[in-house]
Amino acid sequence: MLSRESSATLMSAITAFLYREARLQDEHQYEAWEKLWTDDGVYWVPANGADIDPEQQMSIIYDNRSRIALRVRQLMTGKHFTQTPQSNLRRLISNIELMDEQPDNGDIAVASNSLIFESSLRDDTLWAARNEYRLRHVDGELRMASKKVILVNNDKAIYTLSFLV
Amino acid sequence: MNMMTGVSPWERLIRPDRVHGSLYTDSEIFEAELKNIWYRTWVYVGHESEVPNANDYVVKSIGPQSVIMTRDEQGKVNLLLNRCSHRGNQVCSFERGNARSFTCPFHSWTFANDGRLVGYAFPDGYEGQDKSQLALGRVTRVESYRGFVFGSFAADGPTLKEHLGGAAETIDRLVRTSPEGEVEITAGFLKHRVKANWKFILENECDGYHPAFVHTSIFGVADSMIGKLYGGASTALTRDYGNGHTEIDLRPEFRKRDEPMSWFGTSEERLPDYTARMKTAYGDTAAREIMIDGTPHVMIFPNLFIAEIQMFVIQPLGVDDSVQHVTALQFKGAPDLNRRLRQQTMGSVGPAGFLLADDSEMYERCHRGVLARNPEWIFLGRGEKRQRQDELGFTVGHVTDEVPSRGIWTHYRKLMEPA
Ligand code: FES
Ligand SMILES: [Fe+2]
Repeated sequence: MLSRESSATLMSAITAFLYREARLQDEHQYEAWEKLWTDDGVYWVPANGADIDPEQQMSIIYDNRSRIALRVRQLMTGKHFTQTPQSNLRRLISNIELMDEQPDNGDIAVASNSLIFESSLRDDTLWAARNEYRLRHVDGELRMASKKVILVNNDKAIYTLSFLV
Repeated sequence: MNMMTGVSPWERLIRPDRVHGSLYTDSEIFEAELKNIWYRTWVYVGHESEVPNANDYVVKSIGPQSVIMTRDEQGKVNLLLNRCSHRGNQVCSFERGNARSFTCPFHSWTFANDGRLVGYAFPDGYEGQDKSQLALGRVTRVESYRGFVFGSFAADGPTLKEHLGGAAETIDRLVRTSPEGEVEITAGFLKHRVKANWKFILENECDGYHPAFVHTSIFGVADSMIGKLYGGASTALTRDYGNGHTEIDLRPEFRKRDEPMSWFGTSEERLPDYTARMKTAYGDTAAREIMIDGTPHVMIFPNLFIAEIQMFVIQPLGVDDSVQHVTALQFKGAPDLNRRLRQQTMGSVGPAGFLLADDSEMYERCHRGVLARNPEWIFLGRGEKRQRQDELGFTVGHVTDEVPSRGIWTHYRKLMEPA
């Protein structure tokens, strides 16, 4: 990728992509968010640290592509009560970095930090996370092939996390 | 006892078909529960498979108290209180590990993993002191049933077997789902916090009235067969085992279907290894029966919930603050089944689970709702007129009936009332 585009151009495309993802999540645009995924996308929110093996240990979310679709469909019913009414959300994405590591298949390794303010029926909650992405060009557009959200407090008891993190 | 009326306060708050809302919200009642329930009766702490080797430890809890479950060099399981006997510092700050001893970071007292004080820093100054008087505190009685370790702070009282009573059979039913007859707790816990009283969780676990409504969003999109089990036409039962233990018995429905592994929404063909091992272990007929009946859905009072494929441990931290610790059940000798158990458990429970997020939302809304002063009571009379005794003498009702809640409150009142 880097050979075809200057790294500045790539970086601005990635930044725009991450900001767009953030806005779609904050505004509960579930279908548009789902379209950001590749067909083999994996959405992972580990528990108890960053380095557990999700094939052996419990994760908060460990969705393959069909489970991502199921998650979106549940949200779309309007009867997923924990999101009825929907949380009011705003998140800040920062510290966006192209990571050195170059995945085998040419995916782009990107990381960012995020800080999410959630206002729900329960209360206002602040969430903080490290996000690690693998992005891929599909038909000329960036897509997420994987997103790993490492909540800073994922080793503690946390409140319900029913919005798209 | 109220001198004016001759009626105990608990009798005024707990009636056969209703309970007073303050039982969920009054912080003095919560404090009394810690004393009379959590620090007296048998409470589930951890599973032996979490400390498989000598010197393994894992930090657990009884209510707000931190408890270290250790396996000492002799292989014995100990429940130690995480509180230095010097000035109270927590001696263990890691969630799990392997250690012969714990050294308190404050003044460096060192305790063996069976609780004995083995040394203090600068021992001069302690002349004549009897170290055995300065051991770590411990949960007074520790007993385990088929690997499930329970503790009780009461020196006297019923044995664990007596406490479990009829509900012990549900654990027997659980472990025989393994071709080796053992459950393993090895997948790590999700910790899901709710701003609600613990009893909303306790009662919800065997509330078969709500799934058709609370879980409609996921049943609708996942074409799940679970919805039907909790429908009006279901033949499934609720059961009160006494001692606060309650069950939703889904076997009548699974037996009607008569298909092995249907309880888990799968089939023998998709789990050939597991099926073969079960048949070798139990013989064709018994294996078939086990695989049709499935695992139990049982709430062992006050904090151990076995929900077919997962285990929940309820922890109260405050009157409106509780944690649900959840993990996938893993059956020894069943790797192909275990993988599915983990996948399904991750989908359904924990903070982002398709099912538990909505249950937890209900507890929190109930907790806020019940702060309203009127009506004062929570009505639990559903199915009261149609409940009956089963062959073993336990009260049963329709799957949507409130038999479990009434059973829980009857036992609760016994524990809370001064003897
Ligand atoms: S408090 Fe533990 S050694 Fe002093
Ligand atoms: Fe539920």
